Order: sequence, then C-alpha cells, then structure tokens
Amino acid sequence: MDATILLFLLQDGVTNGAIYALLALALVLVFAVTRVILVPQGEFVTYGALTLAMLDLGKVPGTAGLLIVFAALALAVEVWANRRRLSLKLSGRLALFYVLPPLVIVVLAGWLAPMRLGPVPQALLAIAIVSPMGPYLYRIAFQPLSEASVLVLLIAAVGAHFSMTGLCLLFFGPEGLRAQPLITTGFTAGPLPVSGQSIAIYLAALGLMLALYLFFGRTILGKALRATAVNRLGARLVGVRTALSGQLAFLIAAAIGALSGVLIAPVTTVFYDSGFLIGLKGFVAAIVGGLVSYPVAVAAAVGVGLVEAFASFWASSFKEIIVFMLIIPVLLVRSLTATHTEDEE
Amino acid sequence: MPRPILLVLVVVGAVFPLLPGVPVFWVTLLNNIGLGALVALGLVVLTGVGGLTSFGQAAFCGFGAFTTAVLTTRYGWSPWATLPVAVAITGAAALVLGLLTMRLSGHYLPLGTIAWGLSLYFMFGELELFHRHDGITAIPPFHVAGYDLYDSRGIYYVIWACVVLAALATRNLLDSRTGRAIRALRGGGMAAAAFGVSTMRVKLVVFVYAALLAGISGWLYAHMQRAVNQSPFGINAGIEYLLMAVLGGAGYVGGAILGSGLVTLLKDQLQRILPQLFGSRGNYETIVFGALLIVLLQTAREGLWPRLVALVPERRHQPRLPQAEPLPARARPPAGEPLLSLQSVRKAFGGLIAVNDVSFNVRAGEIVGLIGPNGAGKSTIFNLVTGVLWPTSGEIKFRGERVSGRSSQFVARRGIGRTFQHVNVLPNMSVLENVALGAHLRGRKGTFSSVVRADRDEEARLLAEAARQIERMGLARHMHRAAGSLSLGQLRIVEIARALCLDPVLLLLDEPAAGLRHMEKRELAQTLVRLKNEGLTILLVEHDMSFVMQLTDHLVVVDFGTKIAEGRPADVRTDPAVIEAYLGGVA
Repeated sequence: MDATILLFLLQDGVTNGAIYALLALALVLVFAVTRVILVPQGEFVTYGALTLAMLDLGKVPGTAGLLIVFAALALAVEVWANRRRLSLKLSGRLALFYVLPPLVIVVLAGWLAPMRLGPVPQALLAIAIVSPMGPYLYRIAFQPLSEASVLVLLIAAVGAHFSMTGLCLLFFGPEGLRAQPLITTGFTAGPLPVSGQSIAIYLAALGLMLALYLFFGRTILGKALRATAVNRLGARLVGVRTALSGQLAFLIAAAIGALSGVLIAPVTTVFYDSGFLIGLKGFVAAIVGGLVSYPVAVAAAVGVGLVEAFASFWASSFKEIIVFMLIIPVLLVRSLTATHTEDEE
Repeated sequence: MPRPILLVLVVVGAVFPLLPGVPVFWVTLLNNIGLGALVALGLVVLTGVGGLTSFGQAAFCGFGAFTTAVLTTRYGWSPWATLPVAVAITGAAALVLGLLTMRLSGHYLPLGTIAWGLSLYFMFGELELFHRHDGITAIPPFHVAGYDLYDSRGIYYVIWACVVLAALATRNLLDSRTGRAIRALRGGGMAAAAFGVSTMRVKLVVFVYAALLAGISGWLYAHMQRAVNQSPFGINAGIEYLLMAVLGGAGYVGGAILGSGLVTLLKDQLQRILPQLFGSRGNYETIVFGALLIVLLQTAREGLWPRLVALVPERRHQPRLPQAEPLPARARPPAGEPLLSLQSVRKAFGGLIAVNDVSFNVRAGEIVGLIGPNGAGKSTIFNLVTGVLWPTSGEIKFRGERVSGRSSQFVARRGIGRTFQHVNVLPNMSVLENVALGAHLRGRKGTFSSVVRADRDEEARLLAEAARQIERMGLARHMHRAAGSLSLGQLRIVEIARALCLDPVLLLLDEPAAGLRHMEKRELAQTLVRLKNEGLTILLVEHDMSFVMQLTDHLVVVDFGTKIAEGRPADVRTDPAVIEAYLGGVA
C-alpha cells in the first residue's frame, strides 16, 4: 500500500463515515425522544437516493405514491383513534397535517419533475417528498405503542423496516439506480483527487450538526424535544406534547435519512434494499455512543467508515462481516459497564 | 389443550399425507410449517418465556444445514449420522455467540443478534467450503429401511416426528425447575438470582436450546431441499421466525406451531397473489408481514394461541395438592451464636454515601429490626448483605465467612433468604410456582433431566415443599391462582413463603407488613414469632412502629446512611437521637 492508496482509503472512509455520522445522529435523536430504535432509518436513505435518481431522469418518483400511502394510513389511524370525537375543527386540523402536505408535495413533484431543474433543486425536492413520511410512520406504527417497552418498540421497528423495504420494491422495482453528482467539479490535493461530491458530503454533515446544535440549544421546540428525551412524564406534566415530540423527532430523522440518500445517490448504485446495511452502520456508531452521546456517535461513525474502507481494500468480500462483527465487542463493553439494567417487561 | 383434541390432531396428522387426493404440494407446505415450527419453538423458550429476543435464529439453521451438506456430499456420510455433528456444531456456535452476547442487557441483545446474524449470513456466502454463493447441491435424501425419501410424503414423517418430540421436550423443559428459572429471567432476574439461579447460565441454556432446535430444522431442510445456499439463512428469515412466534403466541408451545402454520400459508398465498396484483416478481410478502407484526404488537401482543385455547371449553379439575417426601433440611445454628456481622460497611454511589460505616451484629434466634426514615439506606444494606450490591469498603460476615463482594447465588447458598421492598413475583405464574422458585437450590436436576422427565420425583418434592410453606403462611386457598391476581399485602406473604423454601438460616424481610390490614399484620407477627421459635433468625426493615416494637428483640436505627442508635426496643424508643431523626428536633 502506498501513500496514494492510503490517502484514497482515508478519504473514502471519512466520506462514508460522514454519512454514517448523519444517520447515527438521527438514531440517537429518535431513541432519546421516543425510545424507538429506528431500524427503518436506512429505508429513508434508500427513498431519498432513489427519488433523486428518478428526478434526474425527469420522472415522477415512486416515493410520491408512497407518500400518499403513508399519509392515507396515518390519517386512517388518526380518524380511528378519534372516532368518538370527530369535530369540524379536528377534521380541519387532520386535513392540515395529513392531507395538505402530501397533496402539495405530490402536485409539486408532478409539475417540477419533467422540468429537470438541476441537481440541487432536485435534491431539495427529494428531501421534501421523503421527510413527511417520518411523522406519518410514527403515527401509524409507534405512537400507539408509546408506552410499550424498548423491546416491543424494537420489534415494531423491524416490522416497519420489513414493510418499507417491500414497498420500496413495489414502487421502484428491483433495479439499482444512480444519480448525477450534485457538484461535478473537483480538485486534486497533491496526488489525491477530491471530488466535489465528497466536499458536499462533508459540508452537509458539518452544517447539519451545527444546525442540530443550534436547534437543541437555542429553540424552544428543541428544548421541548430534549425535555421529552430526559423524562417523558415530566415533559408531559410541564405541557410538552410528547406525541408531537415523537413526530418531530421522526420528521428530523426522515429528513436526515433522505439527505444522506441524496448525498450517496451519485456515489453508489442504490437498490431497494440497500438502505438497511447503510442504516445499520449508522447503528454501530450510535451504539458506541450508547444511543445517548452525539459526539461519541459522530466520532465512532467516522471510525466505522474507516474500518470499512480499509477492510474493503484488504479483504473486500469480508467487508460487511468485519464491520458487523465489530459491534459485538462494543456491545459487550457497553453492557458490562452499564450500571443499571432496566426491567425487560 | 384437552387430550382428546390433541389425539385427534395427531391421528389426522399421521394419515393426512396418505389420504387419496391430497396434493403433494399440500404436504410440502406442511413440511415447511414443521421446519418453521421447530425454530419458533426455540423462540418460545428464548423470547416468549425467557424474554430474550433474537433476530438471528436463521443463522443457526444455516449451521445445521451446511454441516450436513458438507459431510454428506464431500465425505459421503449418511444423513442420519450427521445429526449429532450438526447439533454439536450448532451448539458450539451458539455457546460462543451466547457467551459474547448474552451478557447484553435489554435492547442491546436483539441488536447484537442482528449484527451477528448478518455477519454469519455473509460468511455463508463467502466460504469456499460452502461453494460460496452457489451453495452445495446434490445432497442425498434421508434413507429409511432401503427407501430413499425423495418424496415430500416420506420426509413429512421425519420432520413432524422432530416437531412432536421438540414440542414435548419444550413443554417438559418449561414445566420444571429449570423452566421456573427461565421464566424468572423476565423482570430483570433479580428475584431469580436471590434464590441461587445463575441467570447468566440460564440465559445460555435457553439460547443454546433455541439454537439447537433451529439447527435441527436446518439439518432437515438440507435433506428436504437437497441443496443449500446462503439465501434462506439471512436476517429476513430471522424476522419471519420471530413473526411466527409473535403471531402464534410467543409464550406457548402450541403458539409456535400455529404461528408457523399461519405465516407459512400466508406467505404461500401472498407470493402467489401479490406478484399478479403488482405485475412483477419480488418479495412483496414482506410488506404484509411487517405490517402484521406491527398490528399484532399494537392489538394482540400475546398472540393468537391463548385466544384459540379460550374457545375450547376446558373441564375445570381441581389441581391436586402436591404430596411428596419432604426435602432434607439444613441444621440450624444454636441460639445466641453470632450469625451476621457488618463491620464498617460503606456504600457510595458516586458522591452519595448511601451507607456510611455501619456496623451491627445479628445473633441466631433473634428478630432484629432495622429501622430509619425513608432514604436512610435500609434497603441498600439488604442489597449489600445479599450480594446485589458490593460494599465500597468494610466487610460483611455470615457465620464467620465473608459474604460481601460475593454473588447473590453464593449468599443464597449459605442460607440467607430475602423478600423485596418492591414485590418481585412473576404475575403470570401461579403462587405455587412462584414459591417453588425459592426451593431452586434444594434441587439438582438440570436441563437434560427436565427435557426427558427424569426429574419428576425431585420436582414433586420441590412443589410439595412450596405447598407446605404456602400453607404455613396461610395462603393455601390461593395456591393455584396466578400471582398477579393477589393483593399487594398477600404478595408480600408469598415472598416470605418463597424465601422460606430456601430453608434459610437467616431471613431478610423488607417491609413485610406494608399493605397489610390490621388483622393480617397480627397474623404475620404471630407467624414470625413461630418461625423464630423454630430456630429461624430474622432481620427486618419495617415502618410500622408498633409492629416492630412488639416483635423485635433488638433494633438498629439508621438515618442518612449512618447508624444512630442500637439496642433493646424499649431503650431505642426513648433515645434522643432517634426521636430527633423521626420527629425532627425536640418534639
């Protein structure tokens, strides 16, 4: 291995690591607020990537249809839950949350898609299409279980992953897609070519971390989310609507997932089931941080990216095996150092 | 399930494939149901009863399948001869993975199973020995009495014989000393540990047991399909097995078979209908399966089996009171012998000193009260004595032997029984079985004996002992009720009966009278005096002063982690420091 390869692998590792870091942040956020271990996070990545690729081709992406499916199901659940007290006012609010956003977005997508507005507007459109699925997913699958144990929520999350992968296959088909790079220019640093796309990934990751930092530190909504994370009941007692906190956390997670998808779509070919593995690597990082620490999760994510890059150089076919076996010593240390075991029922 | 129905099911199952007009395809489906049921049975023990979730069971099927595939195709072994090897290899793999991941608590464990499940899946596809992604083909079929079982009808009997045996074994396992220990894993396993159950060991046992059933399923699969590659051993299959268990009812042996049946039939139908509906090929059934899993968790977390069983009217027969020879009892130390001594015991949680250099002694034959305001550190002292917590400094000795810094099991084995401040019983288990958990250390029969029912004599004696203690505490009427249906006060008495099952020398009671009515308190006091007269030593934490004052021989008062007084109840009552602690200054 010479210096060029080393640098190349480092760049590759950090680029992937930045994506995993974004996902890890979302996973930590969702777990802290809702106690859901968001296994389907990877599906949001797939949705984002495939949506962008379809928009590149000037087609209305399958996620537009998916969004309608999600919104309709969420609306159905909401109506059923409120079947005894459906007033005009409530119906109006439901329409505002569950009918208007998907309608606007889908119409917008149908109108803008054939225009092929260029990479960045298309990326934004892709994120806009995918993000609302987060809160809808929460409403459908997790809000009715909000008092259940972490274990039950985890099994539900796996169920959501199962369904969402199948839906992706249904709406996008089995072929893999790749998008145009967001930024085509690049430069060379010494012997190393640095692509514009990598720079975009770094910038997006850093920007998002800053944005989250400001959101949680400076805004009342961010603080409400943190309060929910610390103590659900306590947050409820001081007037934070925890169901809303959950939906908000899922919105952020879906947006981050879609953003990650948009960022990787030009770098790798994405298939309907690619997201699961990508998301799980974000998990490995999030778990290193104990599902609570954002900085540790980010650092670990870069570590995972590096391990993956070097593993694919030395033992490419065993790449995934190495990355996922890595989690076991981490988990072991975690559970040995955990001071308090929660009851499992 | 009533015997006649079971008998009918077995007979129908036995003749079904031979009936004229039954298509081979139906038999194949039944074979697949059997294979799934084997894995789901393992999950019943692991997840439904033990409370440990695994998404990685399909990987263990892989071990069984690939072991027999390699041995039969490469080395020419007979399919039957590979079973012990397949079982051994699956078991060894499970043991290693179990040692690595069973320590994981709560939700980390299932995440761990996803990780190694994926790793093993990729591994199966990369190993040259398994012909990488192509897999191994031309695996010989089972061979019985000169016939090769190429046909679905032939192997049907092999598969379902395995299912029936596994179901019996699982039922036996759950209805035994080991089974009680497995059930006690739920709710944190603290009560189990207090009665000498090594929770880590029990977790390993159920994990390996579940893996072995999966391995056997894989072994059967290899000879049914006669070709194996990595694809059926991935995480998706692992999730489907879990769905079977959850759908059928993860806590029930019948639920595993029911769940496997429903999932397999549903999958078959979905794989036929959905591609037609959507106009292209693909695994669309995952959409329905995922949604089904979520809906089940939201509406029927217990699964369908209990609902099905409720439809069958069961004849209520009065359970017989267990009768058997009593268990051998421990020799009690002579009254007055120093039993328990705490020497400058300190426990710090970070900066908080919960117990601050506390020393006191308990002599055999005494009832000693440990009292103090809320948060004084009384329960912490109990936890230090019983090995739940380890002291920061200082030493605790029991009959001259150091017990501080030892495991709960060690302490239990020495003859210290306890109750919990927050009642720690299993609500779904009967009072009798809850109490029998206390006698865990007085039995020796292990997993294998329970599976083959070589434990019946001992089990009868353990249950008889439990029944004896329940009667002694005056709860005989409630013996066969689910513990969850009793009042809080009664549950405290159940906990005392459970502790007595240990045949303890020293009994630690954490607020035994809380939640009892006046008459019940008087009965409890009389019972405790009777126990004392039988040679038992008691250390109790209690808030009811009149209860403590009339019952105890000796009182230790702690406040803010520090001992502030000690002596005869009458003296302690007038101690100025005690009055200050309870009433806050001169009252």
